[in-house]
Amino acid sequence: MIATGNPDVKTARRPREGGRRFPLHWIGAFPFLLYVGLFLLLPTVIVIVGAFAGKDGPTLSNITELNQEFVLNAFVASLLVSTASAVVGAVAGALLAYAVATGNPRGVLRRVVTSACGVLAQFGGVTLAFAFIATIGSVGFVTLWLQDRGLNIYAHGVWLTELPGLVLVYTYFQIPLMVLVFLPALDGIRPQWREATESLGGGTWHYWRYVAGPLLAPAFLGATLLLFANAFSAYATAAALISQGNPIVPIAISNFLTSETGRANPGLAQALALGMVVIVAIVMTTYALLQRRTSRWLR
Amino acid sequence: MTRARRLRLRVFRTIVLVLGGAFFLVPIGAMFEFSTRGNHVGAPRTLDAWTTIVTYPDLLGAIRDSLGLAAITSVAMVVLLLPTMIWVRLRLPRLKRTIEFLCLLPLTIPAIVLVVGLSPVYRWMAINLVDTIFLLSFAYVILVLPFAYRALDAGLSAIDVKTLSEAARSLGAGWGTVMFRVIAPNMSSALLNACLLSVALVLGEFTFANLLSYLNLQVEIFQLGLANAGTSIAVSVASLMFAFILLVILAFFGRVRARVAPERAGLPFPGAAGGGLR
Repeated sequence: MIATGNPDVKTARRPREGGRRFPLHWIGAFPFLLYVGLFLLLPTVIVIVGAFAGKDGPTLSNITELNQEFVLNAFVASLLVSTASAVVGAVAGALLAYAVATGNPRGVLRRVVTSACGVLAQFGGVTLAFAFIATIGSVGFVTLWLQDRGLNIYAHGVWLTELPGLVLVYTYFQIPLMVLVFLPALDGIRPQWREATESLGGGTWHYWRYVAGPLLAPAFLGATLLLFANAFSAYATAAALISQGNPIVPIAISNFLTSETGRANPGLAQALALGMVVIVAIVMTTYALLQRRTSRWLR
Repeated sequence: MTRARRLRLRVFRTIVLVLGGAFFLVPIGAMFEFSTRGNHVGAPRTLDAWTTIVTYPDLLGAIRDSLGLAAITSVAMVVLLLPTMIWVRLRLPRLKRTIEFLCLLPLTIPAIVLVVGLSPVYRWMAINLVDTIFLLSFAYVILVLPFAYRALDAGLSAIDVKTLSEAARSLGAGWGTVMFRVIAPNMSSALLNACLLSVALVLGEFTFANLLSYLNLQVEIFQLGLANAGTSIAVSVASLMFAFILLVILAFFGRVRARVAPERAGLPFPGAAGGGLR
């Protein structure tokens, strides 16, 4: 502690490191910043600038081209799939998290479930699509098993490669992610709150409606938004699973990016990508705001 | 808690856990089942799909390339990230927030968007430098940044970086010695975590490779799936098992680390949006 007796005493100021010269120790961070600049920030700038760039100077034509039926359909399909899988994943994940949270906090079950969720939340892509094709594809294990018992899940066509199938497959990584994100919020609920409700004459319904529900609501909504962004950004699983007919946004982008389809249009791909970035940015900002509210009560 | 409520809770937990377990285990079991099917209905179980893996040279090449990519990405990630993080901790604490933000940014930018932005960069590199699949490592380092950053940050928080480096410096060590011979060995489990995560992510990566037209393991599995479903699913199972083993090792070491720094135990990867793998 420095004595702060007389404020008028002037001590010689410590010479600043390096004086006015360029501070040398900044060079230490330079390689990393250069790398991130080249491979993370530059691509982002390319997308944003490219969305507004035409053959000769800035243009809005890429953005106005978004106003086509199939582009809008892709966005609607993406939003539907993401919302459905986020809601299903959030509800099922919250139930699973509650089942875990009410158990022994140091028990084997909890450790196994959280470890498994850590792994499964990262699972996705071609392998996941194939797992579901092997399970409920037209000759999948479960499909055949049900067929032997007189149940045909594909009586109205193979929906696994359509949007409903995508929702089902996405829940496979959405539920574990929900468990991981929501479990800490459930742990923040104290048994004393329930006891307090009961001592005031409230039952289970009152507890969930007036105490636990409102406390958990921001965390639940926030987690649902995170799941939404998660599903909205996913590409590989859909690319491996979905039939060509009804693309979601990431697949539409890939169609415009690679010239295989003969209609390569990088400008439009960049405009679509910008659209995705805007939506994800809105969702993640709301998520951050909700997180702040959650941490007020549950920590 | 009343007895009726305790019973209700018990029934609820059992139902949820059984249903959850079934939902997550059946698809994995179904892959095994599918990959051991015979050629026709009623044929006996066979391992043909597994043994034919070695008859696809393209597939073996892709496995080799993906393992190479995983190795290059892990090494590049450590060389790029670890010195920067140590340097920022010791000399540039002001920059910590910026570095953290940049490292976590790939979680929020969808992989497909990054590909759109990177495709001109890659076209340029393929024309002006060399056109090899290992160029993908540049993008993969970005992809693994958030996960590697968290792992390394946890490791660095668990040791006293300042004291270690000052002690080493006062004994005449240069910065290279401080970083790679003093600090790195003290956080070996965090380094292992970061590398295992990188390997698991790179082996499962499809988006970048597919859209930048390189044939890595996942792209090859996908294309094989169009021709020979059984074998492609067999390879899927194999790659999945490999990744699971890596991540189980990681979960184990993660717990060891958590004992050192309990405040860091939390979630393995909170906020895993962005979908690098998906």
